[in-house]
Amino acid sequence: MLNNQGRPTAAGSAEGAGHPTFTGNRALVQEEALLFEIGRADTTGVDLPPPPKVKVRLGKLRRSGAIGLVGLSEPETMRHYVRLSQKNYGIDTGMFPLGSCTMKHNPRLNEKMARLPGFADIHPLQPQSTVQGALKLMEMLGHWLMTLTAMPAVALSPKAGAHGELAGMMAIKAAIAARGEAATRSVVLVPESAHGTNPATAALIGFSVRAVPADADGTVRVAEVKKLLGPDVAAIMLTNPNTCGLFEPEIAAIADAMHAAGAYFYCDGANFNAIVGKTRPGDLGVDAMHINLHKTFSTPHGGGGPGSGPVVLSERLAPFAPVPFLRRKGSRLELVEHAKGSKAFGRMTAFHGQMGMYVRAMAYMLSHGADGLRQASEDAVLNANYIRAGLADLMSQPFGDHPCMHEALFDDQWLKGTGVTTLDLAKAMIDEGYHPMTMYFPLVVHGAMLIEPTESESRASLDLFIMAMRDLAMAAKAGHAERFTGAPYHAPRRRLDETRAARQPVLKWTPPKPITAE
Amino acid sequence: MRYLPHSDADRAAMLAHIGVASVDDLFASIPAAKRLKKLVDLPLARSEIEVERELARLAAENTSAGSVPSFVGAGAYRHHVPATVDHLIQRSEFLTSYTPYQPEIAQGTLQVLFEFQTQVAALTGMDVANASMYDGSTGTGEAVLMAHRITRRRKAVLSGGLHRHYADVVRTLSGMAGDEVVTLPADMTAGENLIKALDPTVSCIVVQTPDVFGNLRDLSKLAEACKANGSLLIAVFTEAVSLGLVESPGAMGADIVVGEGQSIGNGLNFGGPYVGLFATRQQYIRQMPGRLCGETVDASGQRGFVLTLSTREQHIRREKATSNICTNSGLCALAFTIHMTLLGEAGLTRLAELNHAHAVDLAERLEGVPGVEVLTRAFFNEFTVRLPGRADRIVEKLARRGILAGVPVSRLLPRAGLDDCLIVAATEVTTEADRAGFATKLKEVL
Repeated sequence: MLNNQGRPTAAGSAEGAGHPTFTGNRALVQEEALLFEIGRADTTGVDLPPPPKVKVRLGKLRRSGAIGLVGLSEPETMRHYVRLSQKNYGIDTGMFPLGSCTMKHNPRLNEKMARLPGFADIHPLQPQSTVQGALKLMEMLGHWLMTLTAMPAVALSPKAGAHGELAGMMAIKAAIAARGEAATRSVVLVPESAHGTNPATAALIGFSVRAVPADADGTVRVAEVKKLLGPDVAAIMLTNPNTCGLFEPEIAAIADAMHAAGAYFYCDGANFNAIVGKTRPGDLGVDAMHINLHKTFSTPHGGGGPGSGPVVLSERLAPFAPVPFLRRKGSRLELVEHAKGSKAFGRMTAFHGQMGMYVRAMAYMLSHGADGLRQASEDAVLNANYIRAGLADLMSQPFGDHPCMHEALFDDQWLKGTGVTTLDLAKAMIDEGYHPMTMYFPLVVHGAMLIEPTESESRASLDLFIMAMRDLAMAAKAGHAERFTGAPYHAPRRRLDETRAARQPVLKWTPPKPITAE
Repeated sequence: MRYLPHSDADRAAMLAHIGVASVDDLFASIPAAKRLKKLVDLPLARSEIEVERELARLAAENTSAGSVPSFVGAGAYRHHVPATVDHLIQRSEFLTSYTPYQPEIAQGTLQVLFEFQTQVAALTGMDVANASMYDGSTGTGEAVLMAHRITRRRKAVLSGGLHRHYADVVRTLSGMAGDEVVTLPADMTAGENLIKALDPTVSCIVVQTPDVFGNLRDLSKLAEACKANGSLLIAVFTEAVSLGLVESPGAMGADIVVGEGQSIGNGLNFGGPYVGLFATRQQYIRQMPGRLCGETVDASGQRGFVLTLSTREQHIRREKATSNICTNSGLCALAFTIHMTLLGEAGLTRLAELNHAHAVDLAERLEGVPGVEVLTRAFFNEFTVRLPGRADRIVEKLARRGILAGVPVSRLLPRAGLDDCLIVAATEVTTEADRAGFATKLKEVL
């Protein structure tokens, strides 16, 4: 009941705001215990009927002891996880300029479409005659990806970007083996600026890694690549646009050099969002490229997955694509699930990949169309350059003051002597209500700060971000180091002790030891 | 375009601020000959209404498992997911957040992962679990590589009861890495002797229980033999609900446990996204793949959580990492944890009993159909039957009569000569009428 009669209506005093609370909560910011501290073994939030009486057929394998799980009723469950969610920063909370990660708006239409029972509630092994619509959606997604990249084949099944990388590199390995060069071609060239997944992927399947140095302007030169080429080289793994936010100007020449030497060109497609509709990897000589549907095509990151990493393949690699793949038989689509009788190199995952992500990506692509996808890339690049231009006089750029692609890269030269590090700056951004940019990556740039605003930010949002960053930069230069070195001050937690976590790993909850009298 | 905030006036003003004449000037680093002069050949932008119409039309061409009696399993299972789960995972702060590399503003995700790891460790009977893998099959591939790192041997033996697609994933990954894989012949009745396959070069034995044909397997003796041989036992499951009723692989002596967690909290989704569960013994944690969440304190002494032991991972170790995995299956792990929280020990046990009872009831009904033989003696919610005819044809006939009858063994093993065998699953969502109808209609089509 709201009744203004007889109660004070003025704002009151603003003093005394800093006192600790009894609960540890601060109004909307609520502390929340671990599930295992509040749950009970005999509590459940799911009503299930008693099972019908049957003659048990478990052999002798019925569980003997308790599992050690606890439960909560439905209202308690709801409150527990809602409170936890409120300790998270998401794209819907504010700007998320995490370079290389493409944290763009996640349209809710995608979520709605992915939940249609005709997509969400179909079994991967039900008869193919009963899932023709799903296979058509996969075919459509493949068609869009192949058209946007000018590549003749696609393997949809990889579960994430690194998994797509693995599939692409496996196709290369299979193609080399088919040529009878498996024993001799064992080296993969990887620039020092590459994502960590690139060398890890190459090493995982038995390649050795040879580093390619970057030029003074942050790009890879064909002359450098040629120096490293030989009959032992299987492929190069190159990110384009690269991790410094620059388009590799000699990429086509590098592709030609690789092909002339009998090797392949793997392109890391993590930064595809910069160039969709502007140029096509197939025209640049790419043999394989994964596409992170969770970056370029807006499927949600979900706090660390699930992703989806289809890989497009050139004519040379297409025959080696993994199962399952689609085949059209008249008006019917067929999913080929067994490698025998084909050159397919094998299988990446139990079923057909991330269908739920295919639907979301398709909803995004259909919404944008050819025109909207190009506009999105142009806006992404425009926004990154707007930020670059807005900060260039205060923050240093490692490769000079040139236009970038979809992300702007700064180094920590400008922080020299301030007592503030890149990490401190990132944590101070948290206090200003921003998710930090990517930092200390790429490794080739000292104290790197990689800012990718994406096309989702409005001009007003960018202006406020630029002003906030300028204010932080000036504060650092003016000697207000304490604003940075103790940051964040206003997040649900202060800086966490990662050293302690790694030295004495506590990876699950264990019951507290009972207190015994001495 | 509704997702793009700028007006043309905004764009013009921003270009002027940057100091370039047109947006194409920002793309000048792309060689002119490689720049697209016109739009790619794809349809133009569409409204929300139009997109919804087109996708709904495709969805309607599929027979959703919930619209008919369904008995399809073999690695993915249709269970009831409480409405609370789907609501919570769509909270913006969970759905649109990133991998929790900034722990001060990601305690929500991190605490969930810590709870997830605790639940998975308890369920599998192991010391520690990671923060998830892509799915059960890729997790199995990683488990084999992990066993090779620990034992410094390079040969894996795969049971004939392991899901054939899982075996294919292992063989693909191991084959590419240059490691040896021995796959035993299909074993429908759990009669194979895995102990005999052990020799001093064997790094690990991979065995699934309940296996792909539904057999529950006692791993205790195999675990002892592996230990004596210096080999690791990798136990795999594809039906997480079974662990509510059946002895855990940890209790039977497994060294690494890998499973598919889809059954808890996650829908069928035509095969993905799913969530791989991965657990092991304490002494092997530094050889584990994937992300791990650990407890610590913040600068003011308050408990908090961070991703930890990241020196195993690709972004730090690059080519020396334990795996190339980066993204995992965070949101599906969240769904798993919320559903498991709702169930609790009591609910999971009840759910598992219900699954088993429905499967036993179904087996009894199918045993009553002339010519049909149930081949699986001890099972949880899935078993294999021999039919008097080709299973794939019978499944097609039943599909036309509105029943999704199961997975013909020939779909997984086309050359095993098991064309008359069918893998059948029943869960808590199959009703008595569904089960009775299956038996009746099967009789009709035989």
